[in-house]
Amino acid sequence: MKHFKRVLLAGLACAIVTIANTSFAATPSDMLVIANRIDDITTLDPAQSFEFAGSDLSRNVYGKLVNFDPNDLSKGYQPDLAASWTVSEDGKTITFKMRDGVKFHSGNPVTAADAVYSLQRAVKLNKTPSFILTQFGFSADNADQTIKLIDDMSFSITTDEKYATSFVLNCLTSTIGGIVDSKTVMGHEKDGDFGNDWLKTNTAGSGAYTLVNWKPNESYTLNANEDFYAGAPQMKRVIVRHIQESATQRLLLEKGDIDLARNLNPDDVAGISSADGIEIDSELRGRLMYISMNQKDPNLSNPKVIEALKYLIDYKGMQDSFLNGQYTIHQAFLPRTYLGEIEDQPYSFNPDKAKALLKEAGLEGGFELKINVREAQERIEIAQSIQNTFGKANIKVSIEVGTGKQTLSKYRAREHQIYVGAWGPDYPDPNTNAATFAANPDNTDEAKATGLLAWRNAWHLPEMSKATKAAVQEGDRDKRAAMYEAIQREHQQRSPFAVMFQKIEQTGRRDNVNGVNLGGAITAVSYWPITK
Amino acid sequence: MATTTTIEPGKRRRKPPLFSWIKGISQVLFTVLVTMVGLLFVTFIIGRVMPIDPVLSIVGESATNDVYEAAYRELGLDKPLFMQFLIFLGDVFRGDFGESLLTARPVSEDLIRVFPATLELATVGTIIGVLLGVPLGVIAAVKQGSWIDHLARVVALIGYSMPVFWIGLIGLLVFYGMLGWVGGPGRLDIFYVDVVPSVTGMILVDSLLAGDMVVFKNAVSHIILPAGLLAYYSLAYISRMTRSFMLEQLDQEYITTARVKGLSENAVIWRHALGNVKVPLITVIALSYAGLLEGSVLTETIFAWPGIGLYITTALLSADMNAVLGGTVVVGLVFVCLNIFSDLLYKIFDPRAK
Repeated sequence: MKHFKRVLLAGLACAIVTIANTSFAATPSDMLVIANRIDDITTLDPAQSFEFAGSDLSRNVYGKLVNFDPNDLSKGYQPDLAASWTVSEDGKTITFKMRDGVKFHSGNPVTAADAVYSLQRAVKLNKTPSFILTQFGFSADNADQTIKLIDDMSFSITTDEKYATSFVLNCLTSTIGGIVDSKTVMGHEKDGDFGNDWLKTNTAGSGAYTLVNWKPNESYTLNANEDFYAGAPQMKRVIVRHIQESATQRLLLEKGDIDLARNLNPDDVAGISSADGIEIDSELRGRLMYISMNQKDPNLSNPKVIEALKYLIDYKGMQDSFLNGQYTIHQAFLPRTYLGEIEDQPYSFNPDKAKALLKEAGLEGGFELKINVREAQERIEIAQSIQNTFGKANIKVSIEVGTGKQTLSKYRAREHQIYVGAWGPDYPDPNTNAATFAANPDNTDEAKATGLLAWRNAWHLPEMSKATKAAVQEGDRDKRAAMYEAIQREHQQRSPFAVMFQKIEQTGRRDNVNGVNLGGAITAVSYWPITK
Repeated sequence: MATTTTIEPGKRRRKPPLFSWIKGISQVLFTVLVTMVGLLFVTFIIGRVMPIDPVLSIVGESATNDVYEAAYRELGLDKPLFMQFLIFLGDVFRGDFGESLLTARPVSEDLIRVFPATLELATVGTIIGVLLGVPLGVIAAVKQGSWIDHLARVVALIGYSMPVFWIGLIGLLVFYGMLGWVGGPGRLDIFYVDVVPSVTGMILVDSLLAGDMVVFKNAVSHIILPAGLLAYYSLAYISRMTRSFMLEQLDQEYITTARVKGLSENAVIWRHALGNVKVPLITVIALSYAGLLEGSVLTETIFAWPGIGLYITTALLSADMNAVLGGTVVVGLVFVCLNIFSDLLYKIFDPRAK
């Protein structure tokens, strides 16, 4: 027993000494430490990566032909690895001239052959984001003819028809436009996989940072690329740690153990906003929250009913309560900060007007509706709010909560009545949302155009589909923006979609950290302009 | 007329010891095999009937039908369920758990990374739980009805009923946020990550092997709080069970005899009474340890501890069945091994079990 006591006391003393000696310090001046949820990264291959955290990593590791300037996103795409480009008279061929003197992290020079290889492999691999390129008519069969090397420093791409140059170039700023080091990647090819297996966990880029390691669901570490053509970044090391819990991120930020907390919930933001040494930044993101009405339903296909339901949503009430700090009211299908954005908010909660419209539709006595919603807290709360406000016009709503698979299967099969959905743009061009919210070339069940939200809601819109197609071919940027503005205004009036909110991301930041730009709604975070 | 047959001791046919050993080992291996196949089958079926779509996890909501169908076939989901299971089983017997959808790496590689983190945490937690729980249970039994017994009961009750999520966050807030006594979430401060080479995957062990006491101290400061939290829950269970076993022993006649013989009270309690509860206590500790080795999802979430509990749960919610099944094999093996180990200890400590 005495021995046991001695061991116990010795152990306790050791623990106290060890704990008491633990040192705590703010992060070094040339190191950036970020807490973020990065468990969505499933691959690092730019031809395959299609998640938020993956885009963050990719933007800092890979250069692209054209890219957004983190210091001024509103300028639109700017030259990156391509120094310049020219467009053929028929508007189908773009010829790129590569930037001189840029090197990959391996030391290999960045050439036109790398750009050709990168675009061809992305098309031929045909992974999830490949549609961003194949929508221009590129395919595995024609990629060798349509994406052609001209000489060491120039190459051309030829699309199947005329598209707005801004549309093509905007698409090349997305993750799939990352230019890989062809020599390094080809050295890791296995069974004709274009090095996909190797690139899932390794990188071969020329961007501001090199990858040190990626530990799934744990962290990734980047080192500054001292040879970055735009100048070596001040942050010599960036460490992003996977911290799931908002409260844990808050504690780490308060203690100075991290510089940025990316996933603070409204409670923690409120709790930390007055703390010394901490700033809260709010930035608009691309995600939209909407409800849609299936046009196969006889009541919901009545324009008066559609309009009435848009007046029966308490946008402000939701924004100011359970969505406070996370979403802001937005009623158009293009997120703010996109080319062609509009800020019109024609609808507000107005039960009297809704009742009058329902009376005109002959439904003043009300009717029954079912809302399908997946088991995500904010969406369920939106459905509950709508259930309550629709009730004010005698519309009896039942809510069916399901898993993503159940709810989405019903939605894709056009078997819902009302669906509470969220939509994030796939690439930074207005067509990304216009093509799904405002185009549906074939509304038949056989078309199975499940990728299009308009088709999922059985909305037949031949004229608007044509307008959307015309906008994607308009070469003049300003005219193109005006076309999208007009389409959205009509969409707000006529469509069976009630777009309600746009996502806001609130980030906690130590006040000695400057130059943080998360990429807004159009791109991902840039670490290289950050200073301390 | 009744006849009697007597077997002379010298003529009894005894099996050679080697045969007994082989038979014993074969039985154990057969049991392990059947258990593991059964476990895999049940997990596989549950994974397939769950309303989560693994294809959507990969291609996303906006994918076209062609991309969806291609991914569906790539995952082998177009084959009959039984065929899918047989293919999976064949791969497992070749040591191939497949690739995780979420990490794009072989599941075996992931398990080698996450299991040592849980093993380290659970081991430290169990050691603390046993060192505190057993004496607390013994004292509570000896001083039955006294304030210390009531205290032990309250400690156990709180341990059983307090939500781990809440107590974990409060622990972090007080000991890390306010007092600064312990390290924050994660296994190490960022400055020490990857400083010592990974040999066992357990940072406490690896830092000692490397002779790097700075990293060791930092690792201790990080593990002490989550391990203490796990220890608290295992302490609650162990102390209550120890108290119950001890009360049973203290009523036995041999205890009275020992006292009558003039043995000191310490010798009666700690040597004789505690000596006789060793066997059931081993089962309790082994079960508690196995429970912690499954991984405590909430503890791992709060403390950003990249362990197997978090790995399996994340995989399950994304229908990453290769990862779930690989993790299940590891957890199943842990349970089986701990059962075999406690059976062996039974035989060592209890001659009747031989």
